[in-house]
Amino acid sequence: MLLKLARQSLWSRRGTAWLTLCSLIISLSLLLGIDHLRLEAKRSFTSTVAGTDLIVGARSGQLNLLLYTVFRIGNATNNISYAHYQQISQHPQVAWAIPLALGDSHRGFRVLGTNNDYFRYFRYGEQRQLSLAQGREFSAVYETVLGADVAKKLGYELGQQIILSHGVGKVSFSQHKEHPFTVVGILAPTGTPVDQSVHVSLIGIEAIHQGWQNGAPAMRKAKTTLSDAELAALQPTVITGALLGLKSKVATFAVQRQINEFKAEPLTAILPGAALAELWQMLVLVENLLLVITALVLLAALIGLTTTLLAAQRERARELAILRAIGARPWQLFLLIQLEVLILTVCSIAGAFLLLTGSLAALQPWLSSQYGLVISLFAWHPHTAAGLGIVIALALVLGAVPAIQAYRQSLNQGLQVRL
Amino acid sequence: MALDPNIPAVELKNLRHQWPGQSFCLEIPLLKLAVGQHLFIRGASGSGKTTLLNLLCGVLNIQQGEIRLSTHLLQPNSAAQRDRLRARHIGVVFQQLNLIPYLSVMDNVLLGQAFSGQPADQQRAAMLLSALQLADSLWQVPAAQLSVGQQQRVAIARALLGKPTLLIADEPTSALDADNRDAFMRVLLQEADAAGSTVVFVSHDQTLAGYFRYQLDMARLQDGVTAVAAEVTCY
Repeated sequence: MLLKLARQSLWSRRGTAWLTLCSLIISLSLLLGIDHLRLEAKRSFTSTVAGTDLIVGARSGQLNLLLYTVFRIGNATNNISYAHYQQISQHPQVAWAIPLALGDSHRGFRVLGTNNDYFRYFRYGEQRQLSLAQGREFSAVYETVLGADVAKKLGYELGQQIILSHGVGKVSFSQHKEHPFTVVGILAPTGTPVDQSVHVSLIGIEAIHQGWQNGAPAMRKAKTTLSDAELAALQPTVITGALLGLKSKVATFAVQRQINEFKAEPLTAILPGAALAELWQMLVLVENLLLVITALVLLAALIGLTTTLLAAQRERARELAILRAIGARPWQLFLLIQLEVLILTVCSIAGAFLLLTGSLAALQPWLSSQYGLVISLFAWHPHTAAGLGIVIALALVLGAVPAIQAYRQSLNQGLQVRL
Repeated sequence: MALDPNIPAVELKNLRHQWPGQSFCLEIPLLKLAVGQHLFIRGASGSGKTTLLNLLCGVLNIQQGEIRLSTHLLQPNSAAQRDRLRARHIGVVFQQLNLIPYLSVMDNVLLGQAFSGQPADQQRAAMLLSALQLADSLWQVPAAQLSVGQQQRVAIARALLGKPTLLIADEPTSALDADNRDAFMRVLLQEADAAGSTVVFVSHDQTLAGYFRYQLDMARLQDGVTAVAAEVTCY
């Protein structure tokens, strides 16, 4: 009965109730959304580098190296020589090595030059290996394996020919038109930046840049198409970075130091975990600030809820006197007000989840193509229940103000209500 | 509820109530109403009738004396017991705005039983509403859409639904015009009789006194600032 009363009473004031509900929904979805994005971004980033022990690149900051090699964000400062890469991969402690050559793109998707070790050794998430959804790994020079999203968004199928562009912009004026690549494989989705990559062999990268100087086509039209014999003789010369897997985790720091002190070329080796930790460290302030701001927004919305109820209290004095006259106990009136608070809060939590799931679904393609972030639509984490419990408790504590007022009013005022 | 005609429906003994900081003191040595006897209480504002009503309803804590409803001790008693007795044995009709505006007419009538924990007696509610000339097309309509006269009749139906021992009416006709008022008084007393309820009717309108055999003038309880005892026995 109380529940019905609370419901109908809210319905009778649906104008203000709606506005209160909206402000609660917006602030709650902000809070849930920020918390969710923060955790999902971390999960997504961590899962991408899960299997890699060291990342090697030209001398630069560890964050820069991490971001461009693994997350395809930003650009390499310099290349490293393929010969030196081979030297490092021969290191007795190195179990496997994956060369990475970046710098080209295809319709906004980054092109990754590598070799077949990539398919064999790259690990993401819980030690999961890449698998092909269709086709096979590349074996010839002008063959490519697409990430799941690339194939899906551009509608590519096996056997299709694609043209790579120089540079990483969405619109590129210099295209490698003479060297079309054939799609021979499409990878299964991984939820990492791999899905947004176009994979070709190092030789392929080398072949399309034949005759180029300093990152631009040679002024005098050089011979850009190569004969089979020339292709067979082609060797990779430079790469942008490498991922290393070590035989023993214990050796990580020793190998890292040796690479950092590599005499022939200035190199940097980083531990992806440590680099990520540095990234989080940098973001923790922003993160906390955002959380505090949204918590304050939520608090403001809850105070707004209390204000609405308090304002309604005046016109409800008569209602409470009637309920009292027909035998309602003062605590039942207290409960009635708190039920209204509870209904509004629970509805706004449900609304916030709906809004959040809707906006995540709308944002997901953009987040995944722009940042390689794959966000789960369902914003639920182990601590979410506790957080929502705190929100409900806070709402009830604030709701106690009008509820206690109703209680005291019903005790003091008797049945008479001054009109 | 079968009431023993030998036990008064309402009995007030040695009542004495004084508001803190005020010299006025309400004193009633004895007031007895037998089952089915209706009392008209007349008094200007400030004469203590509000206090008397709040005491009779069990909303206000008694300072001295006792109030019985049939065999039940209403005052002095715990707040919980008083609330329970009010839910079961007392019906109240106010001046106006008796109903929860957003609930339907039927829900308003049944509201009392919901709070006293009794099963909803839809049949009796329908019977009462019909007897009070409220067409069944109005029963599911929100109470706020009814005219004042209709609302007051719904209030009677709600007050009498549980066949209360005591029906308290606090200026229930003040918002009604003369025609509506007479119709209201007739159905009120008629249905109270049918339910076997004793009515205590409060008004400052002397013209309504004609409907009642027993009357109490609050002014007679007062004598300047010092209250004097006035025995009202309606046996």
